[in-house]
Amino acid sequence: MRSLPVLPMPAPEPPTAARYSRREVVVMGLFALAATAAESGCAVDKRALDAFVQQHFRDLSPEELKQRLAQMEKRYTEEYGKNVRVSATPPIPGVLYGYALDLSRCIGCRKCVYACVDENNQSRDPQTHWITVLEMDKEHGVDLLRANAFYDHETVPAPGKFYMPVQCQQCDNPPCVKVCPVEATWREPDGIVVIDYDWCIGCRCCVTACPYGARHFNWTKPGLPADQVNPNTEYLGNRPRPRGVVEKCTFCIQRVRNGRYPACVEICPVGARKFGNLLDPEGEIRYIIENKRVFILKEELNTQPKFFYYYGL
Amino acid sequence: MSLHKSRHLTGRGSHATSSTCRLHASSEVATRIADILHTPRSRFRLVVALGCGALPLQTACRPVEEAPSRYASAQEPPPRVVRAQYPVAPPPFSEDIFPCSECHSPTDKVNRTPHKLEFHEEIVLRHDEKNRWCLDCHDAVNRDQLHLADGRPVKFTESYRLCGQCHGPTLRNWQAGEHGKRTGSWSGDKQYLLCASCHSPHSPRFKPMKPLAPPVRQEHIR
Repeated sequence: MRSLPVLPMPAPEPPTAARYSRREVVVMGLFALAATAAESGCAVDKRALDAFVQQHFRDLSPEELKQRLAQMEKRYTEEYGKNVRVSATPPIPGVLYGYALDLSRCIGCRKCVYACVDENNQSRDPQTHWITVLEMDKEHGVDLLRANAFYDHETVPAPGKFYMPVQCQQCDNPPCVKVCPVEATWREPDGIVVIDYDWCIGCRCCVTACPYGARHFNWTKPGLPADQVNPNTEYLGNRPRPRGVVEKCTFCIQRVRNGRYPACVEICPVGARKFGNLLDPEGEIRYIIENKRVFILKEELNTQPKFFYYYGL
Repeated sequence: MSLHKSRHLTGRGSHATSSTCRLHASSEVATRIADILHTPRSRFRLVVALGCGALPLQTACRPVEEAPSRYASAQEPPPRVVRAQYPVAPPPFSEDIFPCSECHSPTDKVNRTPHKLEFHEEIVLRHDEKNRWCLDCHDAVNRDQLHLADGRPVKFTESYRLCGQCHGPTLRNWQAGEHGKRTGSWSGDKQYLLCASCHSPHSPRFKPMKPLAPPVRQEHIR
């Protein structure tokens, strides 16, 4: 067997005694800048400076995280005039969240869409919806090319139509995570794909990578009236977002990590939405997967969603 | 050693089998084997192939009792916990209508033949109305409870047992959490809604409702 030609490698650089990491250099530079600015009497936005030299969420020590959460709470409380709490609840060991949606029951009332907006502090104007309800013809079955998200009937369900709500499918093999150039989005151990809004650079690669249209970009500062803010927030979930970052459904991380059902499950008037632990053999999700006609959306893409559609009837 | 032996066998075989077709074929096989065994690598391959081939054979030769029981669970799923009582929301009575015994006395004379009522006109039965009427579910003697088809009484808080007489699979799904909505905690205590909390027992089909506003089209977002 012929061996492949080996290119001559340059000799490794000898380690220098005083090498600075990129981060340290940036910090030093900024301090120098800040010192100059302070001397010259310019007002320096300390917050912006802190935000610029921050660490990745997963590299924070517990003390740093606590400090960061406290800063955020202070900032949001000032901004919205109510006591906003920001927590970073860790995932529960032995839990993998799964979601099931009964297509034969959904009537397309869009109650879930607006419950989600209220719960997760989405922008009211310009409008951001994490859930899109698609209306399709019973005659043609699930055909996304014939789907209509803008239906506006007097009453639903309209004759001959069925409804398919689509939101983040919390893929086990998420394309959005793969494309992120800065690792601002990742899959948590309990299966929820989360975004660190402070790390996102707004390149929108994930928006295009997601085959479900589940990611949304904040083109402007989200229009969130102070009286409509949900003060119970999560760092990786529903805390108010800045301009220029991407956001998406997190299965209501702030609720489910505390044992509650997502807001869309609780609001559904026909009980079409089911939620639970996929690893619990006695749970309702496992019952549905074992006993019902279950399918996942765009199975051929190997995204491995944990969001299961099924026909209960 | 074995290599020499097989070669020797081949030679002998080719001489002896020229008469019959069958023997000729076997000698060809022997020649092939000899060829295969010629190099160390091919010998190794043969040993691996024989080993792999022998593995399933060994499994097949095992007595049936020792067969792995990994399919047993598929045949007999573990029994699901079916509780006698479920934590349900209070029954959705119309205002000021319960207890029924405030108007109906157990000593009242009851006309048990299906007929049109002069009271409760607001109730329109759209639930197998051709075959059923009030007293098929409501108890004629104790008005504050219901009764099953065999006459056993059922409380309003356990009305799912009554519904399950006809809607068996639905009751099963409801018990498992597939049918209907459960509130509370996904990991802990849950509250079930009674069948009647969502479906009016007298007219169970869901009524159409007005949908909330459609999303703003992207081209209109400013």
